[in-house]
Amino acid sequence: MELEVVLFYVFAGVTVGASVMVVAQGNPVYSVMLLIASFGGLAGLYVLLDAPFTAVTQIIIYAGAIMVLFLFVVMLLNVPREDAAEAGRGHPLNPPGARRLGMVLAVAFLAELGWAAWHVSTRQTGSLAAVPPGDVSSVGQIGRVLFTEYALPFEVTSILILVAMVGAIVLARRESQ
Amino acid sequence: MIITLNHYLVLSAVLFSIGTAGVFLRRNLITVLLSIEIMLNAVNLTFIAAARQFASVDGQIIVLFVVTVAAAEAAVGLALVIALFRHRETLNPGAFTSLKW
Amino acid sequence: MDPVFIAQIALVLVIFHALLLSAAGMVWAERKVAARLQQRLGPIYVGPAGLLQPFADVLKLFFKEELRPLAADRILFYLAPIISAAAAFSAFAVVPVGPPTDFWGLLPEEIPLHVADVNVAILLVFAITSMGVYGIVLAGWSSNSKYSLLGGLRSAAQMISYELSLGLALASVLVMANTLSLQEIVNSQAGYWSVFGVETPIPRWYVFPQIVGFLVFMTAGIAETNRAPFDFPEAEQELVAGYHTEYSSMSFAMFFLAEYINMVTVAAVSTNLFLGGWHMPLLPESLGFLWFLLKVSAILFFYLWVRWTLPRYRYDQLMQFGWKVLLPIAVINVLFTAAGVIYFGA
Repeated sequence: MELEVVLFYVFAGVTVGASVMVVAQGNPVYSVMLLIASFGGLAGLYVLLDAPFTAVTQIIIYAGAIMVLFLFVVMLLNVPREDAAEAGRGHPLNPPGARRLGMVLAVAFLAELGWAAWHVSTRQTGSLAAVPPGDVSSVGQIGRVLFTEYALPFEVTSILILVAMVGAIVLARRESQ
Repeated sequence: MIITLNHYLVLSAVLFSIGTAGVFLRRNLITVLLSIEIMLNAVNLTFIAAARQFASVDGQIIVLFVVTVAAAEAAVGLALVIALFRHRETLNPGAFTSLKW
Repeated sequence: MDPVFIAQIALVLVIFHALLLSAAGMVWAERKVAARLQQRLGPIYVGPAGLLQPFADVLKLFFKEELRPLAADRILFYLAPIISAAAAFSAFAVVPVGPPTDFWGLLPEEIPLHVADVNVAILLVFAITSMGVYGIVLAGWSSNSKYSLLGGLRSAAQMISYELSLGLALASVLVMANTLSLQEIVNSQAGYWSVFGVETPIPRWYVFPQIVGFLVFMTAGIAETNRAPFDFPEAEQELVAGYHTEYSSMSFAMFFLAEYINMVTVAAVSTNLFLGGWHMPLLPESLGFLWFLLKVSAILFFYLWVRWTLPRYRYDQLMQFGWKVLLPIAVINVLFTAAGVIYFGA
């Protein structure tokens, strides 16, 4: 078996498994740590797809900063386990009535998306290996395109972050009595 | 067997459904936000796979923007969660029903 | 078996054990330097000049009882030191320690002296040291004690604040070097600077044009590794040892190991970025590994010197310094560097 195939399934398994556990289990701190593991799996997949810069950027920004923010909020609010709030409800993934229907719909959604995704590119060559990588300076290329074609979204993004920062500070501020 | 674009698209679909299921089924605001992050990551994976398939770097740039917007949205979302928690002492979305008829 | 392959595996093992030995050496050096700075002798009994003291310490820690508070979260309690130590070791994987060598004819071809050849090496080091924050936060949280939680959260906030200045100091070197691979950055520091076409005797290290960047990097590095004067979260007098209060025996040893190896990694990366790596003017290149060790030791001595000389920053002073002083300096440094590169066309 080729190394790339094995690595793909390993990383895909880690990502999907960790994501399922994020949704399925009750402790919020565990959920955050499992999501970080899922990001690690995704970073591995990005490296397989010849995007090392995006992989490392994902770890730095997503797993290294955003998840720390989540973890701070979870720890400072001392978020309780979900089952404690609703005694007698059973496991979050085995709910009565309407939510069981919701789960069935989710599975149907997955089946339909999966079918569509599988059949989308049978018209193309389909094989990823057909595209030669050769991108030693992919970072340079990204930088070049980012600051010429995408210069306007870049500047707008910086304003967006400023707005988000101010908004977060204002929203989370304790009302001074 | 070689890994084709289809594999990555199916994986992305699976991740997106997991995220959607999490948003609908979980009764804890923080986990809902985490599920939204899963959905965004699934979309990122699609972009990178497509960028590889069509040998263009645009997909990676869009992923950069998606990650940045996700960061901003997570910050504001968590600030809202903090404000809501101060108000009601619970993180169950079912407790915030004062706008329902 | 392919001799190059065997050499690479041997290199991985040598680097791993060298890191462990360097942590032990740092323990010894810390106590000796602290003693001399305080006009006393330090460890002199165990081994010649006290050199076996760290091994005695490790042996003592090994035989201590491994405790866990009853209310502590079992998985996270044991996961935290693992994350700290793993992140500390992994970050060193892309740092080259010497010039590509064929070990004086033993190998058919030259191998580069680092574990992994990644062309986004600096960002990888940065990413993995960001992961080290989780070890501290989880240690603070899972100990289920207020001192640990406070220490852990403060330490994590300090680390992510100083990561910004660290990254910007890195960026100023990247602007000059035009590559992200540490091997390439060191290679571009060979030779001498030439100012307006005139050759000067100054070696072509980036510390000379980037002295501000170097100072910012060193300061942010001290804060990142939670060393004095930025070690409020783990100060003994303030918080009963902070986030690792509840740990004993080998888990505690792992946190300390992680801290010392982070120091070594920051010293090695700053050597490669600013001090020319293994290049030394007027001295043979084939012994480059020795010059690298010399420079890293000099930076580590500087770390120890600063620790035992300066008083500790209070937490709010520390955060103010990071955001209001260091970050603007780093940003302005990047701006000037970029302007200089465009103007001088270096």
